[in-house]
Amino acid sequence: MLDTSTPSFDRLPDAPGVGYKPQHFSDLLQDAGSVRWLEIHAENYMGDGGRPHAQLRHLSERFAISVHGVGLSIGGEGRLDPEHLARLKHLIGRLNPASFSEHLAWSTHDSAFLNDLLPLPYTGETLSRVADHIDEVQETVGRRMLLENPSSYLAFDESTYDETDFLREVARRTGCGLLLDVNNVFVSATNLGTDPVSYIDAFPLDLVGEIHLAGHDEDHDDHGKPLLIDSHGREVAEPVWTLYAHVIAKGGARPSLIEWDNDVPDWPVLEAEAARAAAILETVA
Amino acid sequence: MTVSQTTFRKALLAPDKPRPDGLTDGAGHPAGRRFDVYRNNVAVSLTEALEIAFPVVRKLVGEANFKLLAAAFLRQHPPSTPLMMFYGTEMPGYLETFAPTASIGYLPDVARLELAIRESYHAADAAPVDPARLQGLDPAATLTLAPSLRLVRSRWPIHAIWRFNMEDGPKPSPRAEDVAVLRPDLDPEPALLPDAGGTFVDALLTGSTLGEAYDAALAEAETFDLARNLSILIGANAITDIGEPS
Amino acid sequence: MSNTTKTLAVAGAVAAALAATMTAPAQAQAKEKCYGVSLAGKNDCAAGPGTTCAGTSTVDYQGNAWTLVDAGTCAEIDLPDERMGSLEPLERDLPQG
Repeated sequence: MLDTSTPSFDRLPDAPGVGYKPQHFSDLLQDAGSVRWLEIHAENYMGDGGRPHAQLRHLSERFAISVHGVGLSIGGEGRLDPEHLARLKHLIGRLNPASFSEHLAWSTHDSAFLNDLLPLPYTGETLSRVADHIDEVQETVGRRMLLENPSSYLAFDESTYDETDFLREVARRTGCGLLLDVNNVFVSATNLGTDPVSYIDAFPLDLVGEIHLAGHDEDHDDHGKPLLIDSHGREVAEPVWTLYAHVIAKGGARPSLIEWDNDVPDWPVLEAEAARAAAILETVA
Repeated sequence: MTVSQTTFRKALLAPDKPRPDGLTDGAGHPAGRRFDVYRNNVAVSLTEALEIAFPVVRKLVGEANFKLLAAAFLRQHPPSTPLMMFYGTEMPGYLETFAPTASIGYLPDVARLELAIRESYHAADAAPVDPARLQGLDPAATLTLAPSLRLVRSRWPIHAIWRFNMEDGPKPSPRAEDVAVLRPDLDPEPALLPDAGGTFVDALLTGSTLGEAYDAALAEAETFDLARNLSILIGANAITDIGEPS
Repeated sequence: MSNTTKTLAVAGAVAAALAATMTAPAQAQAKEKCYGVSLAGKNDCAAGPGTTCAGTSTVDYQGNAWTLVDAGTCAEIDLPDERMGSLEPLERDLPQG
């Protein structure tokens, strides 16, 4: 059933959460509606103090917090940035969040941070590298992490693994959990001409510690085929809700996050998305 | 074939160069403009980061010009850490060398002020010193200033230029201005320092005693007003400790 | 000035500064000022707007496309100096990168 017990912040509740935006600070403290937990992007709280820390202190008294890293470059060819890893360890130590997650992607190369989640081929070599990096992260921060499936706009000729097999094998080697971004599944499947339901059915749902939902935009490739962009700038699309309902029906209730990073709406619009997720979670209650 | 991250990265930031081979649409066709999604993400996200980080520079040069500036800057100076909150530290120096802005003398100092405001916002918290401890302050004492305090000294009217663009302040007149970015609580505020105030605060920041800082300021301007300068610091919770003379 | 004079000057200045501070209105600390600082430099994991625009247009690294038509507020600021305080047209065409 939908988890409505007294907050226990050592884990995320199997209920809706939202990506935290400072413009919603007062709304959240007044009436969070169906929103039970918050996710923050780790890098935004790696300053030394000031308002970001002050707001987070208030919020973490009321909500379970998920720390979601966007800059660790776990898929990078080079070694992990030890300074960034130390900052992450410090943040997680200070906050003791209910969950920590990062992406199957790279963003730093030759000391330049490119501020995007860049894709990697799925090969034996990249699998070993990603697994080594996750081992290092989990040892450094002293906890299990969740790894998120990416949005793909293209495929690598050299790939020898399906994404689901790749993620399952990374989790098996490292003991990490998985963060299933249902919008990313739909975006990638549309872009690469595969079936999103088959992807879900091949996904190790028992390893999923958190689900992401977000809106996407539509563009086209050179051949006029749809090219979906993971823009996080609007409501979750209808087929993504349908796919989410399939995930919940098959795998059971999970902490489910609405991500809205661009053109951030007023609180009621975001809360309505969370309420919709809550209604789907109720169906398995 | 293998697409190295070196190859991927080079093509990302060079739109006039061919896209890497070995990338497809999943159905055997070359990836083509699918690769441009990544090119666009990098350029757009870094441009937006600079636009929000340097609102006054942007207003001064105009939105279209700022996009050109950002496009050139981000390729020469991509972020060196994943902390986007501190992106753009090379901007003041870049504005001095970028041909279209090199003639705008005050622009680098305006960018320094904007960087200082962001640094102040994210700086460590520190409680102000108990006012009772300030009574009977010994000129041989040193003052510890808040970690969020930033001093930006300029031979241009940067505070007036900042206010003209951000707060509908009057049109700037030619003069040198020293600005202390103060954070009384959680919001940084650029404060114009009166005559020789920049010298006074600079001396305090570099460990001079109060008496030495006072002397240095008086040497620069006989009109230096100690009470007024201390009032600015105390009023903004900027004095966090007193180092009593041993 | 003598140490005694300085001690007196400092004491007077501190007293005046404290008095001025006490009478200053309390800071309105509940409300965040709209300088956009809180929004500057946010990391997120969203993608940009598709395949066109900033990432794919060839960049004019020299700024040849710099325009004085929409030159921003610096056109309104006139500060005399040897380095010129206002935006000036480039006197020659710069080579393409």
